[in-house]
Amino acid sequence: MDRHSPPTRPDTHEPRPRNPLQRLYAAFESPGRRRALHLAIIAILIITPWISSQYTTVILTNALLYVVLCLGLNIVVGYAGLLDLGYAAFFAVGAYTIGILTQQFGVNFWAAIPFALMAAALAGVIIGGPTLRLRSDYLAIVTLGFGEIVRFTARNLEITGGASGLSHIPEPSLFGWHIDSSIDFYYVFVVLAVLAYIASQRLFDSRLGRAWLYVRHDEDAAEAMGINRVATKLAAYVIGAIFGAIGGIFFSVNLGAISPESFSFQQSVLILLAVVLGGMGKIPGVILGAFIVVLGPELLRDFGTLRLLIFAVLLLLIMLFRPSGIWPEKRS
Amino acid sequence: MTWYDSFLQQLVDGLVLGSFYALVALGYTMVFGVIKLLNFAHGDLYMTGAFAGFGGLSLVSGFLGAGWLGIFVAMLLAMLAVGCLGVVIERVAYHPMLGAPRLSILITALAVSLVLQNAALALTGGQYTAFRTDLGFGGFNLGNLFLSHNQIVLVATAAVLMIALELFVSRTLYGRAMRAVSIDKDMCRMMGINVSAVIAVTFFIGSGLAAAAGTMAGAYYGSIWYFMGFLIGLKAFTAAVIGGIGSITGAMLGGLILGLLESFGTHIPFIGSEWKDVFTFSILILVLVFKPTGLLGKSEVERM
Repeated sequence: MDRHSPPTRPDTHEPRPRNPLQRLYAAFESPGRRRALHLAIIAILIITPWISSQYTTVILTNALLYVVLCLGLNIVVGYAGLLDLGYAAFFAVGAYTIGILTQQFGVNFWAAIPFALMAAALAGVIIGGPTLRLRSDYLAIVTLGFGEIVRFTARNLEITGGASGLSHIPEPSLFGWHIDSSIDFYYVFVVLAVLAYIASQRLFDSRLGRAWLYVRHDEDAAEAMGINRVATKLAAYVIGAIFGAIGGIFFSVNLGAISPESFSFQQSVLILLAVVLGGMGKIPGVILGAFIVVLGPELLRDFGTLRLLIFAVLLLLIMLFRPSGIWPEKRS
Repeated sequence: MTWYDSFLQQLVDGLVLGSFYALVALGYTMVFGVIKLLNFAHGDLYMTGAFAGFGGLSLVSGFLGAGWLGIFVAMLLAMLAVGCLGVVIERVAYHPMLGAPRLSILITALAVSLVLQNAALALTGGQYTAFRTDLGFGGFNLGNLFLSHNQIVLVATAAVLMIALELFVSRTLYGRAMRAVSIDKDMCRMMGINVSAVIAVTFFIGSGLAAAAGTMAGAYYGSIWYFMGFLIGLKAFTAAVIGGIGSITGAMLGGLILGLLESFGTHIPFIGSEWKDVFTFSILILVLVFKPTGLLGKSEVERM
């Protein structure tokens, strides 16, 4: 892409794609078809729990949670190009803030949400502030360190319930609708995933989104053009943190119990792998990645402990043979 | 026991811990020096080394026994096996990625780490494996200070390995090539240095040292499992950063400093053993933020 022109929309002036996979992707990207596709996907999402087993509904709920988390991490990794290996920390901050406020202080769930979001945004500033000037691999390790610090802190403090975590987190209700069954939560997560999708898309097209693209491609040139490098990156961190916290908030009330092990390094890695697998920066790719990461191990369940190994090998192969992901963002 | 004896006991514990950290940190720092890659799989090579040492010991204990000689031979076997594994990993996973964006290489390293971990998980079923030896718990008292034979042998072995490495890097042709490659790869190619071979040797040595640490840790602590490499990988990275990443002496120094800090840190009021890891990661973050070149690192003029 010409460095001095603003990023063009992906669906204009594209050369004819050659291989069938690219043609398939291109078919989804014309505006008319895209709208039809959106409607079709929403229809499928609404119908699915009525025709599938409860098990499938629970798995799909988990996949939708991952869609929210992955779209959040995508803002940090895909849009701003910062490797975050401790994303589960934001997820944890959201979940624990809600858990503590509703279960121990009896705060109404909906009233507690702003506090959880503020806590996550603050965590984003605390982690991002001092570290954003570091080299990318140092940044990766620092975020990893922060992720582990959050987990160890949750395990050692009394207010977070120590190693066993918090349980009996009350279920929320909305205008008299008590959200408690697995189908209720499924629909809550459908709404969240759709909102996360719209927000991601609008951020991508926004002034801030273009600034991220610019900073990612050439930091010095971006700064010379008047983009505040650190503020732009910090914005990515804070917005990513808020996405993570939203996932955590509804994760905690869905399960009703949280423990430090839900927010381990493996969790961060899984979210990151979904983003990388699908294609960093590419929203449909990231959503695809989230579904693969959640559904893949379920489909491989017959293989027992081997399934994780198969999954890890697959990821390695994808990195080696298709490093920009299954559905990559287009570059010219 | 007076505070002085307690101080000495912490010093010994810190040295033992620091020897492990230093050996693992060396691999990080060497690989980073040569190809500027943060090898996330390094902690898992330590784990693989522990299992290879365990396998080697069951192989040789029939005729050498499970005492010091048997463990020593098992350790050499593990170093050889894991060294080769490191070279294979470099060839298969990292070599094709060297021109790729940094993010892709980091994620590839992460994928390698997951492959090793899950392979060990699938083989052991996630159970702890008992690492049985005939070393016993003998030792002697120096005043109120108790030194076990195992601790002495362990620290001495680590010291010998580190001195050997230092001599290799500073005195041999390959060591000189290694230092040259870490400064300017393209110039080395023009001067006729086989850069790929130098990188392979670096991976071999780094992985071998991790395997040595893994075998010793298995024999010292008496049990091994598939996830043992994760935390020590992180801590060894911390050690490498404290010493200055890319600097071999720095990694040794950083390992010992971190071992001592942890050992003393657990006795500072309000920190205690449950906050030990938080303490270590806080050190890592503080060093990276305020002095990213570490104690002995060269300052690199590089923007992220």
